[in-house]
Amino acid sequence: MSQIREITWNGVWKQNTGLIQLLGLCPLLAMSNSVVNGIGLGLATVLVMALSNLFVSALRSLIPYEVRIPIFILIIASLVTIVDLAMNAWLHSLYVVLGIFIPLIVTNCIVLARVEAFAAKNPVMASTVDGTAMALGLTWVLGLLGAIRELIGTGSLFAGIEMVIPSAQAIVILPEDYPGFLIAILPPGAFFVLGLLIAARNWFDARANQRARSQRIHVAQSAQQSAAT
Amino acid sequence: MNNSPFFLKPTSVQSVMLRVMAALIPGIAAYVWFFGAAILVQLALASVAALAAEALMLSLRGKPLTLFLTDGSALVTAWLIALTFPSIAPWWLTVFATVAAIVIAKHLYGGLGQNPFNPAMVAFALMIVAYPQLMSQWPAAGNHEFAAQLQAIFGTRTIDAIDAMTMATPLDALRTALHSAEAKTTVAGALQSSTASGQFGGKGWEWVGVGYLLGGLWLIQQRIITWHMPAAFIAALFVLAGLFSLVDSTQFAGPMFHLFTGGAMLGAFFIVTDPVSGATTPRGKLIFAAGVGLLTWVIRTFGAYPDGIAFAVLLMNITAPLIDLATQPPVFGHKNDKGQTP
Repeated sequence: MSQIREITWNGVWKQNTGLIQLLGLCPLLAMSNSVVNGIGLGLATVLVMALSNLFVSALRSLIPYEVRIPIFILIIASLVTIVDLAMNAWLHSLYVVLGIFIPLIVTNCIVLARVEAFAAKNPVMASTVDGTAMALGLTWVLGLLGAIRELIGTGSLFAGIEMVIPSAQAIVILPEDYPGFLIAILPPGAFFVLGLLIAARNWFDARANQRARSQRIHVAQSAQQSAAT
Repeated sequence: MNNSPFFLKPTSVQSVMLRVMAALIPGIAAYVWFFGAAILVQLALASVAALAAEALMLSLRGKPLTLFLTDGSALVTAWLIALTFPSIAPWWLTVFATVAAIVIAKHLYGGLGQNPFNPAMVAFALMIVAYPQLMSQWPAAGNHEFAAQLQAIFGTRTIDAIDAMTMATPLDALRTALHSAEAKTTVAGALQSSTASGQFGGKGWEWVGVGYLLGGLWLIQQRIITWHMPAAFIAALFVLAGLFSLVDSTQFAGPMFHLFTGGAMLGAFFIVTDPVSGATTPRGKLIFAAGVGLLTWVIRTFGAYPDGIAFAVLLMNITAPLIDLATQPPVFGHKNDKGQTP
């Protein structure tokens, strides 16, 4: 059980795809212009990654090592096609907004990376959890990035939520006369905000490390003192 | 005691920056004369914002405050921002732009000497993309109502009232006239009918340009900047505009118009010559500045933005390291690959 917890923690925080591995940046930067777009693409990726890890892990003893990459891609592409058609059928307006980035999940290197690096070598249960956790890590970064950019850019949150939940509406956070800041919604804003998020995370880690180190020194010192007395 | 050779006098960043600011004064004087004292308010706003942002970032980065605050580099950035923005822009636009220039374009890249992009031009590009409407409210020439200008800056005036005191810049007037769908206007016709055109450039702007030109020539005499960049920039703009207006003078404005409207003169002597983000070798400087001139003309003529200098400078900033690498002069006493000696 502790292994499952470690895999989850790895995916969601420690090896976060958006903030640490920096894999799959193209959809991350392109589709994080609002919370709904970001979470929408993120959840589609969760579905693809969980299933692709599951299938590859289940089939891993049958796949010849030499041709594994084309087979992985075939499996991933079939799953993406299913997600693509399903979203077209049930979430059509969101599907139109996300556009090319749904089919492009096939080429998202994080999907192939997890299949190759994890699912091809680990049992089914662990692989499925890994795929889900990695994609959830991507999803929350997409959502946070989308929220910051949307808030700075337009002053509201959850624009386009009616595409998913027909009765819901966008929340206006900042006062009506907020002039907006278009750059945040445009691609440069994605780079700036992602850069700041990575910096914040590094700062957070550095502080945690420093605290742990000073604690260790403290423990060592008190151990020395007690040994001396 | 200095070692030989003795002809290099050590100059401090502070003295360079102070002389750059002194060189801006003729242009600012002409600006005040033709467009009112609002620009002085903008200069003050930008200066205060720049110093505050600089102090904040220096203390966050653990750098000595007085050494870097008094070097004047933040003030030069602030002045360039104020001078490239409309003088009746709302106060928060100037402050926001200045803070973005100092915090993002300067300090996040490593501070003075490390920034790959010209901070003032980053601020200009950010604001013109985010607030194109506010960035095109230029004061009309001859409008000296200081109280009204103050009200425009500090936001107690309605949009209509602000519209009444603004005027399209000559570049804007020309673009709108040439691109209007039905009317077959020519350059000469557009400039004649526009109230924004002056004797050889834009009304009022031509004399501000002359002021910058004088200040810039003094900077060259003081050896703060070399002749390469201004000359290459002006030559590129002049030759391109001249060639095209010779071929079809009804569709392309002439060289004098291009040199004395918008930010051309300010750009030639004060923006393109930024020692940090531009090329540094003599031949590199020529290529860099000529590239800026070329792109400026292209963006002004075919683009949708009011002036092309900011984007041209940013685009050429990207190429500066490559230009430097390709134009490395041979070391004294040696030959380079092509057998040239210095």
